[in-house]
Amino acid sequence: MFSIIRTIWDVFLHLFHKRVTVQYPEQKRYLAPRFRGRIVLTRDPDGGERCVACYLCAAVCPVDCIALQATQDESGRRYPAFFRINFSRCIFCGFCEDACPTLAIQLTPDIDMSEYKRSGMVYEKEDLLISGTGKCHDYNYYRIAGVKIAGKDKGEAEEERPPVDTHSLLP
Amino acid sequence: MMMEAIRIVLAIIILIAIIMGIAAGLTFIERRLLAVFQDRYGPNRVGPFGLLQVVADMIKILMKEDWVAPFADKPVFVLMPTVIIIATFMSFSVIAFAPGLVVADLNIGLLFFLAMSSMSVYSIALSGWSSNNKFALLGSLRAVGQMLSYEVFMGLSLMGVVMLANSFSLQEIVMKQRGLWFCIPQFVGLVTFFIAGLAETRRIPFDLPEAENELVAGYHTEYSGMKFAMFFLGEYVGITLISALVVTLFFGGWLGPPFLPPLIWFLLKTFVIIGLFILIRAALPRPRYDQLMEFGWKLMLPLVLLNLVVTGAIVLARGG
Repeated sequence: MFSIIRTIWDVFLHLFHKRVTVQYPEQKRYLAPRFRGRIVLTRDPDGGERCVACYLCAAVCPVDCIALQATQDESGRRYPAFFRINFSRCIFCGFCEDACPTLAIQLTPDIDMSEYKRSGMVYEKEDLLISGTGKCHDYNYYRIAGVKIAGKDKGEAEEERPPVDTHSLLP
Repeated sequence: MMMEAIRIVLAIIILIAIIMGIAAGLTFIERRLLAVFQDRYGPNRVGPFGLLQVVADMIKILMKEDWVAPFADKPVFVLMPTVIIIATFMSFSVIAFAPGLVVADLNIGLLFFLAMSSMSVYSIALSGWSSNNKFALLGSLRAVGQMLSYEVFMGLSLMGVVMLANSFSLQEIVMKQRGLWFCIPQFVGLVTFFIAGLAETRRIPFDLPEAENELVAGYHTEYSGMKFAMFFLGEYVGITLISALVVTLFFGGWLGPPFLPPLIWFLLKTFVIIGLFILIRAALPRPRYDQLMEFGWKLMLPLVLLNLVVTGAIVLARGG
């Protein structure tokens, strides 16, 4: 009997408690920089696309929401001819970000992506590509990797020794 | 004679409009208050402070398909939602909101209320039965069992007040509370009547007839659209009615310090009691059905009878 009255009184006291609701469109919660939200494609510090269209993200994606087509420009850099993410399928697991060897694909703390039409959830490359470097500011794949492109021969990358001349017999 | 009839009809129309407004507003107030008791805000998006939520809900429920189940007993099924509304509205005719402000000042007002509240049992029993749905039938069976057993001591719990006031007329009862509100000499009566009122309006913790997690929605499982809205409205009108009665019988009706007009005092007190209804909904869980019956017959009924005997003895000893 007492406990019932006590319960009612305790509930009544909640009138004067602080509300826990976050009034969403006006107030927004802080989302950590590593929050897994909208997916973007980043650029390297020189402004070139980081994506080398290796298909690893598409392969690892558990819901198959990533579609892309690799191609090559005249300087020898690989890039995706198209890159499409269907966000109505995406489960924001972040596997693509883990798989990406060039840090191109990244998840951002942005969650406001509602659409009136279902087709609006399909993001093309120009929607995904941002002008910045995302989470890693100094990383440039082609400056580090030993891939030969126009203006950078083999052995000219950072901290890379010239290739061994296998035809020479000198030690 | 003609003028008198027009006056009464006008009074009835105004009363129904006001009660409908209060009942519709209650759906909003209840949601806001429940939210507040749970540290939330509740619906506060539509219009200023979310006040237009009522309008939005109304538009929504009017737009819903009014579906009549093909396996239902159609005439009864269609008729029953109106019966509950009429039965609860009829009771309002005897309630005195302020001195002279009453549709029908019957000298058996309280009995009339008890009779009308018994009428609503028919609505619930037959609506569940005519739905031809096992959940609805179970719900209405429970409702009938609950309402009949709680009605027994609901009537008896009021008899103490009647003894003290020496009248069944609600206006008389309020006038007799000039010196001391009946909530003090009739405290047991107040508590038991309030509990019976909770059971009569089928509110949590006595909402077993519509226990959502076992019976879908109980007796109104098959109802949709406007018919469902009528059951919904009937519940809130019922809450308003019980609150108004608690105020009239135990808290001195319109009486109060003269800096506010009597009608405002009445409404203010009624809204406090309605708030208590909502607070109890927020606080208490629903008992098992056998616990409900045990509570009614083994605890409340003896308590009420004891209260009745003691009150009678005191009235007699005073030479009443």
